Amino acid sequence: MFEGWDAVVLARAQFAFTMSFHIVFPAFSIGLASYLAVLEALWLWTGRKVFINLFNYWLKIFAVAFGMGVVSGIVMSYQFGTNWSAFSDKTGPVIGPLMAYEVLTAFFLEAGFLGVMLFGLERVGHKLHFLATLMVAIGTLFSAFWILSSNSWMQTPAGYAINADGQFVAADWLQVIFNPSFPYRLVHMVLAAYLTTALVVGAVGAYHLLRDQHLAGPRVMFSMAMWMATLVAPIQILAGDQHGLNTLEHQPTKIMAMEGHYESHKDGAPLILFGLPDQAAGKVKYALEIPKLGSLILKHSPDAPMAGLDTVPRENWPPVPITFWSFRIMVGLGFLIMGLGLISLWMRWRGKLYEFRPLHLFAMAMGPAGFIAVLAGWITTETGRQPFTVYGLLRTVESASPLAAPAVGSSLIIFIIVYFAVFTTGVIYLLRLMAAPPHPGEQGPSHDAPARAAGITPAAGVVVEGAAR
Amino acid sequence: MIPIDLAIIWAFIIAFAVFVYVVMDGFDLGLGILFPLFPEKADRDVIMNSVAPVWDGNETWLVLGGGGMMAAFPLAYSVLMPALYTPMIAMLVGLIFRGVAFEFRWRTTQRERNRWDIAFAGGSLVATLAQGIALGAILQGVHVEGRHYAGGWWDWLTPFSLLTGAALVIGYALLGATWLVMKTEGSLRDRAYHLSWVLLLAMLGAIGAVSIATPFLHVQYTQRWFAWPNIILTAPVPIAVAGVTVLLLRSLANKYDYQPFFLVLALFALSYAGLGISMYPYIVPQSITIWQAASPANSQIFMLFGVGVLVPLILGYTAWAYWVFRGKVRHGSGYH
Ligand code: HDD
Ligand code: HEM
Ligand code: HEM
Repeated sequence: MFEGWDAVVLARAQFAFTMSFHIVFPAFSIGLASYLAVLEALWLWTGRKVFINLFNYWLKIFAVAFGMGVVSGIVMSYQFGTNWSAFSDKTGPVIGPLMAYEVLTAFFLEAGFLGVMLFGLERVGHKLHFLATLMVAIGTLFSAFWILSSNSWMQTPAGYAINADGQFVAADWLQVIFNPSFPYRLVHMVLAAYLTTALVVGAVGAYHLLRDQHLAGPRVMFSMAMWMATLVAPIQILAGDQHGLNTLEHQPTKIMAMEGHYESHKDGAPLILFGLPDQAAGKVKYALEIPKLGSLILKHSPDAPMAGLDTVPRENWPPVPITFWSFRIMVGLGFLIMGLGLISLWMRWRGKLYEFRPLHLFAMAMGPAGFIAVLAGWITTETGRQPFTVYGLLRTVESASPLAAPAVGSSLIIFIIVYFAVFTTGVIYLLRLMAAPPHPGEQGPSHDAPARAAGITPAAGVVVEGAAR
Repeated sequence: MIPIDLAIIWAFIIAFAVFVYVVMDGFDLGLGILFPLFPEKADRDVIMNSVAPVWDGNETWLVLGGGGMMAAFPLAYSVLMPALYTPMIAMLVGLIFRGVAFEFRWRTTQRERNRWDIAFAGGSLVATLAQGIALGAILQGVHVEGRHYAGGWWDWLTPFSLLTGAALVIGYALLGATWLVMKTEGSLRDRAYHLSWVLLLAMLGAIGAVSIATPFLHVQYTQRWFAWPNIILTAPVPIAVAGVTVLLLRSLANKYDYQPFFLVLALFALSYAGLGISMYPYIVPQSITIWQAASPANSQIFMLFGVGVLVPLILGYTAWAYWVFRGKVRHGSGYH
């Protein structure tokens, strides 16, 4: 099998496949870890039971999602070596240390405090337990910091030199870490994670409100989630706009692909809303466009000239149709999320937040929107960088391992089978947990184990339990 | 400036990370390997609960080992990973199954739980076997041309690598059994004692077999171990192995709680030192030394700051987490 296939294409498919599965879990666990920290803080501060109930409810969900994030992440970190060994050899001196810092500052922090966060409330007391929750939340943010720094360096390399062996080496670590696209990407991704989580929390809240408007837990989570969507969606759109301007400066071909600009425009480029990019012909068919708006958005002047892909050698073209469409999906969802936030604000103002059923149905429908937007965003970013792994410097074909297609193809098939079997089951378990409403006296993961039924509660636990109810 | 050999420092750091990984994830993979021998659900719950709060931290050392190698010895990483392609993929798949089983197991019905129990046991076994095979494959050396791996994707498969694979399965199972001795009580602990005896004998056999086979792989290994004056430095290793074995047998006979586990760790440490003696100064045996593979000084120095400050901190809070969950795990009172 796979004789005569292109090993590089298979390796790309494998990276795209495993990455797409992985990113779904971080996007959720970054947001959820922070949400859990907020819930626990509110509980400690106000003493209201509804917060600890919600905390325990979401903690069980977090445990399952986090587990899947960990195992899919380990695959990613080894994939650099197995499938992209030439890339690892050449960029290891620069991005290797960034990823090593991610392990040291983030993964250990998350993993080290996770056990206490999940199972330790009755063992360490409230304050220390809150510290553990906080450490896990901070760990996920550190993780985003370093991995986005290394990805951004690949997009917009800075602060490097090239040594005699052809390796990239750091000339200035600060420039490497804080490379030009990093601040934008970090802000955009962390906001994306928060929005994604808010949409899931909101959808679960809405689902239970549709059955019973008076449940305390769902009311609180729905309200919190809608605040998040209302406030953060507009900020995200602004951040995305700034991100785009930065990309125009540092990765102009990516913007050409996102905008569908095969052709240069001397006096003002249009904004193509929709159309069918035709890579072979080098033009967008059936384009629905608004004249001059493209230049207005990207250059703040309707008549500013914009170069198109016709100024770029064809072997350096990214796959425009993918980049073009994934970008539109993301932006479209961004505006839909803002719409959800605005409707909820209006209903809140009219005092109908928990009663207005169309809003609840809309919120439920938007539950997966964050994940889709995150995936679409990453696909835009990554395909728009092609055909390079280090933009402008190292080609994707020069990055791959010296492996024959059957090796890469077989592992791809194995990953596809295993991921679908394992992660779809996990998602079913997650949905099952979400389908039950949080009830008063909700227990954390240390209690719902079947083993617990006939259990002896540790002495300290009795006291804490009493306080919690 | 004092001449500091960064490559050697980093070789020690990576070796340290891998060793911590081997002993920490070793015992929880070992529990997975032993799982089929404990068919009772109540026992399985206890076994799972004894590591549930710490397994993720244990596994993170694997990420540090791999990621650290990419950063400090990129050439070695980029040669070894394709060379070990099949065992690495198998290991990752194994780790997926046993990792999710920790959470999934508690979320299902009886019938499905059995399935995740199998995933836990099978995943642990496959991951361990793959790690052992990878070790053997590294020791026997890989085909390098220029800066690339130049062999095929089944080159690793030899009787020797299968031997090291089996040896690691036995070793991890022994670690797991002595962990159970330490963390459980009653009939479960009795059975763990019994298993420890059997596995210890098997482990001694495995150490012996690997030690005999290794010098046959390359002259370098033979000279390293037996040539004068090296033998003055290498001889203490087998002597210490013998000493630790005697202590271990005694502690098992006396039914001590803690000693067996820590003595098995000592046995691992000695075998690991032996490995280091065989390999040094190569990181890819017979072809790439740690100096050839090292990344530039400024990369290694940059990370050295992080390691110097953060690893002690990490060890600190990891120890705290173990302390929080110290003591015996009882039936029905797991912290899961
Ligand atoms: C913006 C966020 C983000 C992005 C782009 C990535 N990750 Fe990730 N990763 C996380 C955010 C994250 C996290 C939030 O820290 C996770 C998710 C759930 C978890 O357990 O930690 C995680 C887990 C995780 C783990 C397991 C950590 C452990 O053992 O605890 C590894 C090894 C990786 N990731 C590696 C990668 C690699 C090699 C990536 C790129 C190719 C990558 N991640 C992209
Ligand atoms: C988090 C979400 C991410 C997603 C969804 C994603 C997706 C993708 C996709 C779809 C490709 C293939 C592009 C193509 O072949 O046209 C790709 C390539 C690549 N990405 Fe990412 N990526 C993500 C993050 C990262 C990060 C954080 C890194 C590095 C730290 C990274 C490194 C790479 C590399 C090395 C390639 C080259 C291999 C290839 O072209 O297939 N990616 N990614
Ligand atoms: C509607 C307004 C939005 C705009 C104008 C926008 C803009 C952009 C741009 C220009 C990029 C590519 C940057 C590059 O690679 O150089 C990008 C990437 C991305 N977007 Fe958006 N975005 C919007 C909404 C969203 C939403 C709502 C989400 C998720 C909830 C999201 C998630 C992402 C992600 C995960 C990436 C990839 C990582 C990155 O490059 O930051 N975006 N976005």
